[in-house]
Amino acid sequence: MNAPAAFSGVSAPTTGGLGVSIRRLSRHFGAKRVLESVDLDIPAGQFVAVIGKSGCGKSTLLRLLAGLDTPTSGTIGFTGARDDAAVRIMFQEPRLLPWQRVLANVEVGAPARLQGEDRHARARALLAEVGLAQRAGEWPAVLSGGQRQRVALARALASGPRVLALDEPLGALDALTRIEMQALVERIWREQGFTAVLVTHDVAEALALADRVILIDHGRIALDLDVPLPRPRRRGSPELAALEGQILSRLLGG
Amino acid sequence: MSLAETRSPPAARKTVPLRRRLAGLEGRLAGWVLPLLLVVLWEALSRAGVIAPNVLPAPSAVALAGWQALKSGELLHNMGVSTLRALAGLAVGGLIGFVLGIANGLWDITFRYTDTTLQMIRNVPHLALIPLVILWFGIDEEAKLFLVSLGVFFPVYINTLHGVRSVDPQLIEMGRVYGMSPFTLFRRIILPGALPSIFVGLRFALGIMWLTLIVAETIAASSGLGYMAMQAREFLLVDIVVLAILIYALLGKLADVLTRQLERACLQWHPAFQTPGSAP
Repeated sequence: MNAPAAFSGVSAPTTGGLGVSIRRLSRHFGAKRVLESVDLDIPAGQFVAVIGKSGCGKSTLLRLLAGLDTPTSGTIGFTGARDDAAVRIMFQEPRLLPWQRVLANVEVGAPARLQGEDRHARARALLAEVGLAQRAGEWPAVLSGGQRQRVALARALASGPRVLALDEPLGALDALTRIEMQALVERIWREQGFTAVLVTHDVAEALALADRVILIDHGRIALDLDVPLPRPRRRGSPELAALEGQILSRLLGG
Repeated sequence: MSLAETRSPPAARKTVPLRRRLAGLEGRLAGWVLPLLLVVLWEALSRAGVIAPNVLPAPSAVALAGWQALKSGELLHNMGVSTLRALAGLAVGGLIGFVLGIANGLWDITFRYTDTTLQMIRNVPHLALIPLVILWFGIDEEAKLFLVSLGVFFPVYINTLHGVRSVDPQLIEMGRVYGMSPFTLFRRIILPGALPSIFVGLRFALGIMWLTLIVAETIAASSGLGYMAMQAREFLLVDIVVLAILIYALLGKLADVLTRQLERACLQWHPAFQTPGSAP
């Protein structure tokens, strides 16, 4: 049930990613300039990690990207055809509906054109993909934190998104569950080929997952670093440690 | 005991030990021990002559009066009339309260224009309106309907409003970005989220419903339980008066039990209503 083969027939949402181009993007809250004229191009299918200190504007960038907020000025463009469900966000909290069973919660993310049995089938396939096929009939309240976040991931993927925005989705999990979830996110990203933008405050997590790490400081891009290491990456390897040191010194020094 | 044995399902996982069954039975019956003891004590004191029958007749005398009223059809008629009035008032007042609570919870504009007025009306004890209501409607059904509706309106309104306002904004944001239409958002997120609070309002409303109805029927009516009790007082039939009071207690309990059942059915997801170990 855990095999990627679950994506077939009605449950084949693999569509590839969209490119993102951000031009002179600013977001001000009153006098506070959270983002200041940011330019950023993300090629289709790239995994980008956005890091920075608390309040540096990284979450605001993600919310703008997901359409949860509107920019003060500037534009966000997507290259390629897209519908309403092309960009999905996964939040820091699972945000599951407590009054719906796990399966129905995943169906929330399914595209409107799927109805009835197709909708159930899509949701079941995604639950299998995140390894929770047996829990479909349960209430979210009985799941553990990591399981809830996996259900939220299945929900975000149910429409076959072409851009997935991840807003520190693993921040509240314990260290071991985090590592499992990182592997899960990486595997699904490689299978489906969507463009992934991960906001995190954990440099090691950014380096474990991303093709490219963007450091935001005071509303601007302070560092844009490619991570050309082969996957799956081995935790604690000297290359990763060197990059981590470089980013941390920039973070703490700047 | 044979009942417990024949009813236990074959699956080994489900066999409940006898001890737990007894504990369950005890839990359900515990609430009735005290009322039963009180009735026994009351009967004994009446028989011993400590309580004079013209002050408080013995439970057996009340039961006898109840049986006679039941046989003549008078009791059932009056209970039916009262119950219908109560439910009609609950339906009208509850529905208006629910709709206004939802509207004021969802939209600031209706809230700004109506809430102050409603809060002012709320602070007038609705039973103080009885003289006015008698002047308007006489002692017909409208009078009771009006008073009960007004009484149940406020608990339903306030708790529905509170329920809608306190739905987790993060869930609403999630529903929006996942492309829910306003109606779907209401049906799948706002209404279920407000439901626990709406039930609190309903249970308050049931209490007020009986209270209002009994007072209204006692003062101005020509049928119903309250009327029956007042009529009996005129003829010094203390047993019927006591009977009426006991029936109020039972009807109140019945309404509460029904609401609990409804709550249990609607709020299965709520951790407070989940029986441990009942995962599907």
